[in-house]
Amino acid sequence: MSKPIRQAKRMGDAGAGLTVFAVAYLLFLYVPVLFLPIFSFNDSIFIAFPLRGFTTKWYEQMFADQDMLDALAASLKVGAIVAVISTILGVLGAKAVTRYRMPGQGAVTSLIMLPLFIPEIILGISLLILINGFQISLSLITVGIGHVMLCTPFAMAVLTSRLDGFDRSLEEASMDLGESPWMTFWRVTFPLAAPGIVSSLLLTFIVSFDEFLLSFFLAGLQPTLPVYFWSQLRFPAKLPGVLSLGALILISSCILVFFAEWVRQLGTTGERKVGVA
Amino acid sequence: MSDIIIRIDNVSKQFAGGAKAVDSVAVDIERGEFFSLLGPSGCGKTTLLRMIAGFEFPTEGEIYIDGQPSSLIPSYKRPTNMVFQSYAIFPHLNVFDNIAFGLRKAGLSSKELSRRVDEALAMIKLSGFGKRRGDQLSGGQRQRVALARALVKRPKVLLLDEPLGALDKKLREEMQIELRQLQKQVGITFVFVTHDQEEALSMSDRIAVMSRGDVLQIAGPKELYEAPNCVEVATFIGSINLINATVKSVSSSEAMLEGPGFGSFTAQTIEGIKAGDKIFAAVRPEKLSLTISKPSSGAYVEGMIKASAYLGDRSHHQVFIKGREEPVAVAAQNEERAMSAGFDASKPVYVTWNPKSLILLKS
Repeated sequence: MSKPIRQAKRMGDAGAGLTVFAVAYLLFLYVPVLFLPIFSFNDSIFIAFPLRGFTTKWYEQMFADQDMLDALAASLKVGAIVAVISTILGVLGAKAVTRYRMPGQGAVTSLIMLPLFIPEIILGISLLILINGFQISLSLITVGIGHVMLCTPFAMAVLTSRLDGFDRSLEEASMDLGESPWMTFWRVTFPLAAPGIVSSLLLTFIVSFDEFLLSFFLAGLQPTLPVYFWSQLRFPAKLPGVLSLGALILISSCILVFFAEWVRQLGTTGERKVGVA
Repeated sequence: MSDIIIRIDNVSKQFAGGAKAVDSVAVDIERGEFFSLLGPSGCGKTTLLRMIAGFEFPTEGEIYIDGQPSSLIPSYKRPTNMVFQSYAIFPHLNVFDNIAFGLRKAGLSSKELSRRVDEALAMIKLSGFGKRRGDQLSGGQRQRVALARALVKRPKVLLLDEPLGALDKKLREEMQIELRQLQKQVGITFVFVTHDQEEALSMSDRIAVMSRGDVLQIAGPKELYEAPNCVEVATFIGSINLINATVKSVSSSEAMLEGPGFGSFTAQTIEGIKAGDKIFAAVRPEKLSLTISKPSSGAYVEGMIKASAYLGDRSHHQVFIKGREEPVAVAAQNEERAMSAGFDASKPVYVTWNPKSLILLKS
C-alpha cells in the first residue's frame, strides 16, 4: 500500500471520529430543547415519558391565560424599546471608536464592553441598590434600564465590526462631494451600516427578551415573561401552558437569529466584493 | 506672475504626538496645469493633498484656493474634488447614483441631472453602465467612475491620490495617457499624488519632489531629470552614478575635478563652488557609452564588466573601475540587431561620456 493512500485512510478515520463527536455535540445541545415542543402537545399534565396522546389544549389554555399574555406583552415591549435604545447607543459608540482617535480610547472601549463579563447577579444587585437609593419604584422602566446596560455591549460589538469593515474614505468621498457630516451619515454611513443595525436590533431584542436575573431583581408588579415562567413553576397545572408558549418563543427566536445572521452575512459578502483587489 | 489657483503658503502639519508630516512647504500651483506631488511613502505628499481637500488642517501657514484662505472652509464647501486611492465607490449605489451623488444638492431638474451624468459616462467611455453596481465593475472601470463622479461637479481643482496604484501595469499606462488627455480636454487643474517617478514624469507639467515633509525641487519633468538640484532628487528620479569628487580648479565655465577611479575630469561648473570643495559629480547611465577599443580623445575611464542584463531594447552593464568601490551603471541602447554575447567580461572596456552630461551637486 502506498503512503498517500494510507495517509488518506487515516484522515478518513479521524473524519469519522469527528463526525460522531459533532453529532453527539449537537444532540446534547438541542435534544433537551426539543422536549419543549414535544411535551407541549402531550395530553398529560406531567412532564414525563411515555407520551399520552396528541392535544392542542395547552395552547388554548395559554391563550386564555391573561397573566401570561400580559407578561409576554411586557417582555415584547421592553425588548423592543431596549433594542432601539441600545442600538442607537451602539451606533454612536461604534462610530466614535472606529472613526476618531482620542485619548484613553482603549480604556473607554474596554469599559463599555465590560458588562458582558460582569456576572449578571452582581449587575442586578448593584442596580437594585442604586435604584433603591434614588427611591425609584421598580417597574418595567427599571428593567429596561438594566437591559440597556446589558445590551449596549452586544450592539457595540456587532456595529464596531460592521463600521470597521468599510472603507472610511467612503465618508470622506461624500463630504468631498459636498455633503455635510450629518447628510453623510444618512446617505452613506447609515445605509452601509444597515445590515449591522438590523442584526444589532435583533440580537439586543433577544438578549433582553429572555433575560431573567436582572428582570427578577428590577421588575415591579408586572413581571417579564421569564420571571413569570419562573413563578409558575410552582403550579404543575400551569406548566404545560408554559411549555407551549416556550415552544412558540423557541421557534420565533430561531427564525429571528437565522434572519439576523443572514442579513449580517449579506452585508459582509457584498462588502468584500466591493473592496479593491 | 501667472494665474495661481492654489497657493500653499508655508504650510506645516504636525499630527498629535507625531513628527511633522509637512514642514513649511510653499508651492504655487497654476490654473490649468497638471501638477504632481512625488515622493516616497511617508514624505507628506498625501497629507498635503488632504489639506487641500479639507480632510486635514494645517497647524501653521495657509492654503489659498483661488485666492480664498481655506483654513475655515470644511471639505464639503471647497471647490475641489478628489479621486481616492481606493476609489471609494459607494457600494450601496449604482454607477448612475454614484456619479449623481454630488449633484443632488445642486437643485438640478431630473432631466438636467441625467444629462450631466450621461455626459460624464460618455466622457469616461462607460455609456450604458449606469445601472451597474460598484461590485460589478473592474478596477479600471471603478477608477473611471471615481473620476467622473469628481469631474461632474466641475471643480476648480481635481485632487488625485495615487489613483493608478491599484491597476496592473498595462492598464496603468493606458490610464496615464487617458488621464492626461482628459485633463487637457476639461482644462481643470489636476493635483496628482504618486510615488511612481515614471508616472509623474510622463504626465505632469510640473512636479514637486517631496521628502520627509519638505519640498526638494519644483520643476518640469525634463528639468528634474536632467538638472536635479540635489543628490536626493537625482537619486530618486531615475538611476544615476554618483562620483565623490574634489574640486581642483574653477574657471568661468568649466570645473576641473578629481574623483576615485576617475582621475581628473572636467564638467560644466555651477555657482558657489571653489577649489578644495567636496562635491558630487553625477551622470545618468544612458549618458555613458561602452567601447572595447581605447578612445584616442575625450573623457573616458577603463574598467571591467562585472554583470550585464539584457532588457531587449537596451542592456544594463555594471562596470568595475579600479579605485572605485561601487560599479558604474551603463545603459546602452541595443541599436543593432545582434545575437552575439556582447562584451567579453575578461577584457577591459572603456566608459566614455560627454563632459556636458555630468551634473555637479553640492553635498
